[in-house]
Amino acid sequence: MSKMAGADGDDSLYPIAVLIDELRNEDVQLRLNSIKKLSTIALALGVERTRTELLPFLTDTIYDEDEVLLALAEQLGSFTVLVGGPEYVHCLLPPLESLATVEETVVRDKAVESLRKISHEHSPEDLEAHFEPLVKRLASGDWFTSRTSACGLFSVCYPRVSKSTKSEIRQHFRTLCSDDTPMVRRAAASKLGEFAKVLELEYVKSDLIPLFAALASDEQDSVRLLAVEACVSIAQLLPQEDLEKLVMPTLRQATEDKSWRVRYMVADKFSELQKAVGPEITENDLVPSFQNLLKDCEAEVRAAAANKVKEFCENLPADSRETIIMNSILPCVKELVSDTNQHVKSALASVIMGLSTILGKDNTIEHLLPLFLAQLKDECPEVRLNIISNLDCVNEVIGIRQLSQSLLPAIVELAEDAKWRVRLAIIEYMPLLAGQLGMEFFDEKLNSLCMAWLVDHVYAIREAATCNLMKLVERFGASWAQSTIVPKVLGMASDPNYLHRMTTLFCISALSEACGQEITTKQMLPIVLKMSEDQVANVRFNVAKSLQKIGPVLENSALQAEVRPVLEKLATDQDMDVKYFAQEAMTVLSLA
Amino acid sequence: MEEDTDSRKINSSFLRDHNYATEADIISTVEFNHTGELLATGDKGGRVVIFQREQESKNQPHRRGEYNVYSTFQSHEPEFDYLKSLEIEEKINKIRWLPQQNAAYFLLSTNDKTVKLWKVSERGRRPEGYNLKDDDGRIRDPSTITMLRVPVLQPMDLMVEATPRRVFSNAHTYHINSISVNSDYETYMSADDLRINLWNLEITNRSFNIVDIKPANMEELTEVITAAEFHPNQCNTFVYSSSKGTIRLCDMRAAALCDKHSKFFEEPEDPSNRSFFSEIISSISDVKFSHSGRYMMTRDYLTVKVWDLNMESRPLETYQVHDYLRSKLCSLYENDCIFDKFECVWNGSDSVIMTGSYNNFFRMFDRNTKRDVTLEASRENSKPRAILKPRKVCVGGKRRKDEISVDSLDFSKKILHSAWHPSENIIAVAATNNLYIFQDKVN
Repeated sequence: MSKMAGADGDDSLYPIAVLIDELRNEDVQLRLNSIKKLSTIALALGVERTRTELLPFLTDTIYDEDEVLLALAEQLGSFTVLVGGPEYVHCLLPPLESLATVEETVVRDKAVESLRKISHEHSPEDLEAHFEPLVKRLASGDWFTSRTSACGLFSVCYPRVSKSTKSEIRQHFRTLCSDDTPMVRRAAASKLGEFAKVLELEYVKSDLIPLFAALASDEQDSVRLLAVEACVSIAQLLPQEDLEKLVMPTLRQATEDKSWRVRYMVADKFSELQKAVGPEITENDLVPSFQNLLKDCEAEVRAAAANKVKEFCENLPADSRETIIMNSILPCVKELVSDTNQHVKSALASVIMGLSTILGKDNTIEHLLPLFLAQLKDECPEVRLNIISNLDCVNEVIGIRQLSQSLLPAIVELAEDAKWRVRLAIIEYMPLLAGQLGMEFFDEKLNSLCMAWLVDHVYAIREAATCNLMKLVERFGASWAQSTIVPKVLGMASDPNYLHRMTTLFCISALSEACGQEITTKQMLPIVLKMSEDQVANVRFNVAKSLQKIGPVLENSALQAEVRPVLEKLATDQDMDVKYFAQEAMTVLSLA
Repeated sequence: MEEDTDSRKINSSFLRDHNYATEADIISTVEFNHTGELLATGDKGGRVVIFQREQESKNQPHRRGEYNVYSTFQSHEPEFDYLKSLEIEEKINKIRWLPQQNAAYFLLSTNDKTVKLWKVSERGRRPEGYNLKDDDGRIRDPSTITMLRVPVLQPMDLMVEATPRRVFSNAHTYHINSISVNSDYETYMSADDLRINLWNLEITNRSFNIVDIKPANMEELTEVITAAEFHPNQCNTFVYSSSKGTIRLCDMRAAALCDKHSKFFEEPEDPSNRSFFSEIISSISDVKFSHSGRYMMTRDYLTVKVWDLNMESRPLETYQVHDYLRSKLCSLYENDCIFDKFECVWNGSDSVIMTGSYNNFFRMFDRNTKRDVTLEASRENSKPRAILKPRKVCVGGKRRKDEISVDSLDFSKKILHSAWHPSENIIAVAATNNLYIFQDKVN
């Protein structure tokens, strides 16, 4: 088509014309495609027409699907050059303003992000003349969507405006903090921290602290819980001596809030809080708080706190760390090991091993080891898995042998769990375990498990088992493979079950590279070639696929003399798939 | 009880005026939005019809308050669950409006299994001008394109479109009976016979189970959840009612799983009234918080009760809706009417309550004056702008003029669903396939 246009029309216009028309095509995908190439359209139109025609059109295009609007909001964030540079950047405000009021949060957030981005491209005068009025309009909008968007814009314009405008902005923020709708209060609460960072310290104390206290005692717990995050940012800004008076009352209140969701938030943010308030307050206040959270009546809170045990202990001041852990934290941890809720136990199991590096060898053996052993015997597989997956931490401190006695039964039990996802999870830790336990122990205790998985009745397990063998060979080397694995794998080639015969092929494909040319050519290849005679077509076409895979590892002479005739024969097989894969293998191996 | 002859003056207008009614046209839910400007109905055919109140105009003052169709859309389609070999009806069980967040309106509608979030928005302009087509829509010869055209938006006839924004599915094994939007504007709950789930309005692939009363052994099942609602301003509080006539109030602050209630409302049983039907008629069909959040109202088969949230031992007020049916429970059981689920509503100031009955009658109770009235929603009696006459059911042998005897009540005409404008005396009453709107007489 465009070639036809070449004669008298402008050749370069046609594709742009298509893009413009497709901005309103019925097919969302085409509209999306056009929006993503908006810069091409703008470039073709020139800065003048982009400002006077394209942007007004886009401003009114807010009826579209979310993904189109999202793309539009993103594009406009880097459109400054296309409208004529920073001098004209304010032309981008109207479309972004309408996008900042749509109902879809992701679109609004993206519009706010783009607004924040282009705010930096405004000169101080333009910021005052165009950007700040937009923020005010949004902040006093009728609908809460616009007011929530305003919350994210205060912090970018505040540092760059005049003193009087600054005071207006503070006033707007104050108003939004006590907005009627919880949506807006939540938005204000979540931006409190970033606003505090750009505010002068005196105003942080005089303006923001009261707002922070008010939001932290909001009637809606969904607002209160966001004040916990603000706690972190505000505490970082204030000098240590003010923390006790200005932040701690609120934090204490949140720790004991009636709503578990607020306490959960405190538990979830505990490490950040700990860093923000410093060692002294941590020792006096946070340690008892943390004990309470670990003993909370709500399991969700206990689980969140349990997740933080290691981090909290790590960040304790070095001089008192061991005493605090031994006297205050460990007793709570001991109780959690036999918690009634499996999520709590499993959260604990994912971090508890980390304590051993902090406490050192003797304490680990005396105090932690019994807990590890108890968790290794837990009824919930996830708890056991989490312990096993973190074995490396203990290995460094006391060596894994201390645990091996209990480890083995736990592993065997997981390996034979009725749920295939549990079996899958333990397989994935096998290479790690092999590394920690060493070849001898592995051969003796775990090798048979790994081989048993190869004939599991679930394909995903057989597949993972194959992949596991490859990783083991990478760790233990080719000679280990030759003596322990290869004979067993090749033995399965004559299994009456064709699924097991296929597993042999999959293993060979996976292992050939790790085992190297000699083993592959001498031991594996003959088996593969022999299997090309298999009566099951699935096996035959997998032979073709395996040959394709191991071909590059083989000696060229073997490839020509042995592989070629077999593939040629398979290429004339009566089964379509076998033919297809044989031909594909020949092409890939350049034998065709 | 004395009927109040000096009742409120009400005029009416029909809105869904079908000459013939099919099963699909039966209205299954009615709900005003938060300003009362819009009224949504759902029906058995899975449709949602939204009415908009006419703007006040000087030359036609009597038209004020009339509601006209604003938008109609198919919310749910019949489905088939192949795993369980179950048909899933398209019937809209409940509609709930979301607080308004921008120029568009949003509502949740649910059938037995799936909740959907709909956006209803207006479009008054459309883009014009193509590059590859001329103004008559003919394809232009590409060689004649020498200049790019950017589309321009031109005014057009107002178009109202409804678009599905979210579909919340696969979370309910049993039939959803209630949905309720939380005052945090962020979450809502959906309740089925045995479980209540909490959803974030923006997340469709995950919901949290907050109440589960399913016993390990289904043979031990003794009660089901019949209705559930969030408190109007305490975001952590909700109630759910059961088929045993009790109401549980739960505090979501206490624990993630609200299996343990924080309050339990139950009226002690009167041993003298005990009969085979006691348990069936005590089943609660609807529960509604008052706008103030201080009270809640429950509807069982024969009464509507107002409870003070601070008093769990007995209801504050009990109103008889149709006590004359007490002697007819046997036949009502035989024709299944005894299982009808009547809803109840508060007026804007919580001073009057309204609920439905049979024979297209509905009842209003003034809580302050203790006066009550029976009104009839029927096409014969209520021409547009006619004044409704109170009706009376006679129980004894002698029937006075204007009275109707219990035996001649039509049990197939039932008013199950109704709604009250949030601030004005305008009510919407669904009588099978007809929707009636009544309001205080305009002088």
